[in-house]
Amino acid sequence: MRYLVLLYADPELRPAPGSPEQAAEHPKWMNLTKRMLDADVHRGGDALHHTDTATTVRVRDGKVLTTDGPFAETKETLGGFYLIDVDDLDAAIEWATQVPNVDYGSVEIRPVMEFADAPAG
Amino acid sequence: MIVDPVAQVFAREWPRLVATLVKDLGDLDLAEDAAQDAFVEAARRWGPTTTPDRPGAWLTTTARRKAYDRVRQQKRHDARLARYVSAGADRFGFDDQGRAGSTDGSYNPEPDDDWLGDAQLGLLFGCCHPSLGPEAQVAMTLRHVGGLSTAQIADAFVVPEATMAKRLVRAKHKVAAAGVPFDVPPPDRVDERLDSVLAVVYLIFTAGHTASRSAELVRGDLCDEARWLAGLLAHLLPDRPEILGLSALLAFTDARRATRIGADGELVLLEDQDRGRWDQRLIADGHQQLERALLAQRIGPYQLQAAIAAVHASSPSMEDTPWPLVADLYRRLHELHPSPVVALNRAVAVAMAEGPAAGLELMDGLAETGELDDYLYLHASRADLLRRLDRSDEAADAYGRAIELVDNEAERRFLQRRLDQCSP
Repeated sequence: MRYLVLLYADPELRPAPGSPEQAAEHPKWMNLTKRMLDADVHRGGDALHHTDTATTVRVRDGKVLTTDGPFAETKETLGGFYLIDVDDLDAAIEWATQVPNVDYGSVEIRPVMEFADAPAG
Repeated sequence: MIVDPVAQVFAREWPRLVATLVKDLGDLDLAEDAAQDAFVEAARRWGPTTTPDRPGAWLTTTARRKAYDRVRQQKRHDARLARYVSAGADRFGFDDQGRAGSTDGSYNPEPDDDWLGDAQLGLLFGCCHPSLGPEAQVAMTLRHVGGLSTAQIADAFVVPEATMAKRLVRAKHKVAAAGVPFDVPPPDRVDERLDSVLAVVYLIFTAGHTASRSAELVRGDLCDEARWLAGLLAHLLPDRPEILGLSALLAFTDARRATRIGADGELVLLEDQDRGRWDQRLIADGHQQLERALLAQRIGPYQLQAAIAAVHASSPSMEDTPWPLVADLYRRLHELHPSPVVALNRAVAVAMAEGPAAGLELMDGLAETGELDDYLYLHASRADLLRRLDRSDEAADAYGRAIELVDNEAERRFLQRRLDQCSP
């Protein structure tokens, strides 16, 4: 079963880019990705730029509305994701507990809907 | 008198059958459909002279065959089900047409006790999975492990049947969509996951013991369910001190069931209960389980609560209760589980051990934190101590605040009487 693992944290609590804390955290992320690849559960994953760089697009009454920022202002913001393929929710939870930001942020696990007629990626 | 052989075995066999099938198939809906098919067939074929010697084995074999048929019909691609289908010929003695070796259901043996235990535990851990909210965990457990109907569960928790049905449908949808496993967790996770399970069992018992939003104070059927679940856990996961502690606590508490309501339907406090009518068999059970728990020397909150209940159960009266011991047990419980409710209970015990003033001092400190402002028993307990200290006006105030918070007829009438006694 595929799960999207969404990585949220308060931007104030994330290690600042270029800081010693970030230098210390970076290898933990790389290490986790490697372990997921070795276990053949990794199907994708990336870090995202700060929500300041986000753009939200909506179309209402045929008009394209483009706004600066995320779809909603939240205290904890989306910083990255993993897409994993594992047996069940417990397996997904085990991987989630190893995510470096789980100590100061929140990790949301969402099951992916599978469609029999989805085009192959 | 005509006895319905199927109805007789239903209560015992349904949960075991569902648990077995969930373990085989990994699919709760399919398991229940197949179980239902098996019972329908039993109703057709069993009669007074044609009831199988081992109904459980008959039902299991029949249900597996029904599941096999359904799976082939539906052409599912799920890997686990595909393995089941291909393994069916070997494991369950089906030929490739899905026919068992014999037709009377005695061909395949009953799953052995360990295997069945594992299946039931898996079902219980699945229903109590922390990814489901506590209300969903309780509903799922009562429905799928306890075998209660949706209507019975709705009635027990005083919600409309449609509400409970929706809760169950949502939970089952989450189980399927999110892949909530119905398995015993790995050994290093069992203790944490057990916390949810024990909490659910305790919630069910409490719901039965203190039915709120209704005139009744005790729903015995829920208390029985909870004790059965605790017993099942103690049997399947032996020698776990907190399971034994919970089981003992429920036994001691339930032993008082007959004396909790007076003849007039009024609430009877511990101090006024006729201890001669406490169930001694349950009390003996409680002592035995608590002793076994304490042998493990890993004290925990349920064991401490059970120890407190044990002291009450062994005391001939309120006055003849070793209150300093009770107060000390609450102090230790508070160390492990620093809830303001536990602190309140400790204050009540201190009042009994050292006099109302000592208890009131602790209670006033608690009241000041504001954490228990909406907790009926803080106000009721303070009122009681103030009354014993002849501070009637303050007592009346406190009873008044308690009455505002009560949601149960029997308790409301009790508090009203106490309030009336405060007026000169």
